Amino acid sequence: MRSHFQLVLALVASLAASAGWSETLGDPVKGAKVFKKCQSCHQVGEGAKNRVGPHLNGIFGSKAGSDPTAKYSKGLIRAGDDGLVWTHETLDAFIENPKALVSKTRMSFRGIKGADDRLDLLAYLRGFSDEPSNIPEAEPTAQGNYHNLDPAILAIVGDSEYGEYLASECMTCHQTSGANDGIPGINGWPTEDFVVAMHAYKQKLRPHPVMQMMAGRLSDEEIAALAAYFKDLE
Amino acid sequence: MNFNRRLFLGTGVAAATTLAAPNVFAAGHGKPRVVVVGGGAGGATAARYIAKDSKGAIDVTLIEPSRMYYTCFFSNLYLGGIKTIDDLGHSYGTMAAGGVNVVHDWAVGVDRDAKTVSLAGGGSVTYDKLILSPGIDFVDGAVEGWDLSSQNAMPHAYKGGSQTELLKSQIAAMPQGGTFAMVAPPNPYRCPPGPYERVSMVAHYLKANNPTAKIIVADPKPKFSKQGLFQEGWANHYDGMIDWIGDDFGGGNVSVDPDAMTVTIDGDVTKVDVCNVIPAMKAGRIAELAGVTDGNWAPVNAADMSTKADADVYVLGDASQQGDMPKSGFSANSQAKVCANAVRGALTGSKVFPAKFSNTCWSLIDTNDGVKVGATYEATDEKISKVDGFISQTGETAEMRKATYEESEGWYAGITADMFG
Ligand SMILES: Cc1cc2nc3c(=O)[nH]c(=O)nc-3n(C[C@H](O)[C@H](O)[C@H](O)COP(=O)(O)OP(=O)(O)OC[C@H]3O[C@@H](n4cnc5c(N)ncnc54)[C@H](O)[C@@H]3O)c2cc1C
Repeated sequence: MRSHFQLVLALVASLAASAGWSETLGDPVKGAKVFKKCQSCHQVGEGAKNRVGPHLNGIFGSKAGSDPTAKYSKGLIRAGDDGLVWTHETLDAFIENPKALVSKTRMSFRGIKGADDRLDLLAYLRGFSDEPSNIPEAEPTAQGNYHNLDPAILAIVGDSEYGEYLASECMTCHQTSGANDGIPGINGWPTEDFVVAMHAYKQKLRPHPVMQMMAGRLSDEEIAALAAYFKDLE
Repeated sequence: MNFNRRLFLGTGVAAATTLAAPNVFAAGHGKPRVVVVGGGAGGATAARYIAKDSKGAIDVTLIEPSRMYYTCFFSNLYLGGIKTIDDLGHSYGTMAAGGVNVVHDWAVGVDRDAKTVSLAGGGSVTYDKLILSPGIDFVDGAVEGWDLSSQNAMPHAYKGGSQTELLKSQIAAMPQGGTFAMVAPPNPYRCPPGPYERVSMVAHYLKANNPTAKIIVADPKPKFSKQGLFQEGWANHYDGMIDWIGDDFGGGNVSVDPDAMTVTIDGDVTKVDVCNVIPAMKAGRIAELAGVTDGNWAPVNAADMSTKADADVYVLGDASQQGDMPKSGFSANSQAKVCANAVRGALTGSKVFPAKFSNTCWSLIDTNDGVKVGATYEATDEKISKVDGFISQTGETAEMRKATYEESEGWYAGITADMFG
């Protein structure tokens, strides 16, 4: 884990110049400097211990207020029981203004107003939590895009060549032969049914988690492209 | 522009190959050449997709020593008695029909200047683009007392086929009330839930055949994939049989003695009947020989799986260091499609679409008690980055768990058809 983090640091340092990148990921090298503001109460990294505040190893993906050996306010423990889990978004909101997220938190810190500073800080802290490659259920390091369904969506004419490429991802589970065991065949589906079903997964109206996830990151055009491709597949 | 230069180069190199290695290629074609090393989840998929989608415009050669590929996926179900060894075997005989030229040999070296791959049986093949998907090898000295020469006494069963069969026969031969030990690997390794699905399936077998037997797991990690789900399942189905010793309790301080059949965990010596040692892993050796590794793995660019070291050499699957994707068959298959699309584009000028990756790992805890974890990923400048994910919940209904297991069977049929046709 440590060496992985060092590698990330090295990679990040070498990429720091490239445009656009810091908007999504944050710079852990800069984040280490921002962390100085937290250091009087929090430790992180090898051998980190609970001090005034809890240590921050493994913070991503953990339930708020869940370390039995740390000191928390009642408010934070209650928030955890109500389902507050530390993700990129919740940590970001908490660090921006602790009292806005958890009233009466013990964290008497006025917050970090700069969005970039928070991003950098979170990128730094991320290196001390589970990585998705080691534990797939670890918190994502980037955010997905979400689009709302629009009535005009059904009118989109899909590009079936693009659909063929995208469909290769479906074929890992849905067999080209159209076989129906355990996982349904999807060959030859009418375009409209296909588009409606995919958007229902995307909006999490249909329950299946794999399909919610797969559909969740397809754009309207991509769903149309897939529909165009599968319609003609025998 | 790039595309013309490539095509031209491809033609020249192909002609040279005819002279250098007449045994491998019967005739020179004026086509760009792709060589794929390793016919597993990554390599077989990439070879087939490039051949299929280029419709003969690219010459695709797959180098793979075995005639049959035995999947590691579902191999734990074989240990549990739920699948047979024949269920796991897939012949390369179908690859030719898919337009892939298969050479059954080991790749033993790569000359990146000359763009050739040398073969154990002599001769070499020339490439314009080289795709390596050799899976894993083990880090020397990772578990004190164990090396490759101990793999018969203490199998790893972390490569498919004979090792899996050996482990199964050792489990069947355990005396009543005997002990099965596992030394689990440190991160990162192939199939994060694999060791724990294995523990579940060994317990499933023992519960029916040797109910007083014990399982101990020495683990160098403080936690592991799907831990909550596995531990819930172990308590429900195999209460008292499994003792998992994590790093907090000395699970990382382990040595083995294959002659005495003992395991020493944090100073405590235990005599065991079966010992499954899964050492720390690294990229399959050919990646290192090709000079594209940095440390244990081969760093790659997320957009197309080309290596950081050489734009004409790609590494797929377990051997690659790509970012957030777990090392799984599903991941390797997903990466292969992105790579195939990019390689075809580079060699023939076909449209290159943006990279999209996904993974789902199903695990079976007991008959019809399936769980899963999955995520989608995108390519950033830095790495393959996780976008979104899900995991089965504790306390799900039996119907849902059964449906999850049936889905995994559907996936197995789907991915093997995708790999071999
Ligand atoms: C117990 C277990 C359970 C698993 N369960 C799952 C699961 O449920 N789902 C899942 O998605 N994944 C699972 N996996 C992981 C999966 O098996 C691997 O991640 C996947 O096979 C990786 O694909 P690959 O192409 O990188 O390597 P492999 O599939 O291992 O293929 C590598 C190939 O390269 C060949 N090769 C190596 N070196 C050379 C050389 N020098 N020359 C020529 N050929 C060479 C080998 O013979 C082999 O055929 C499991 C693994 C294990 C061990």
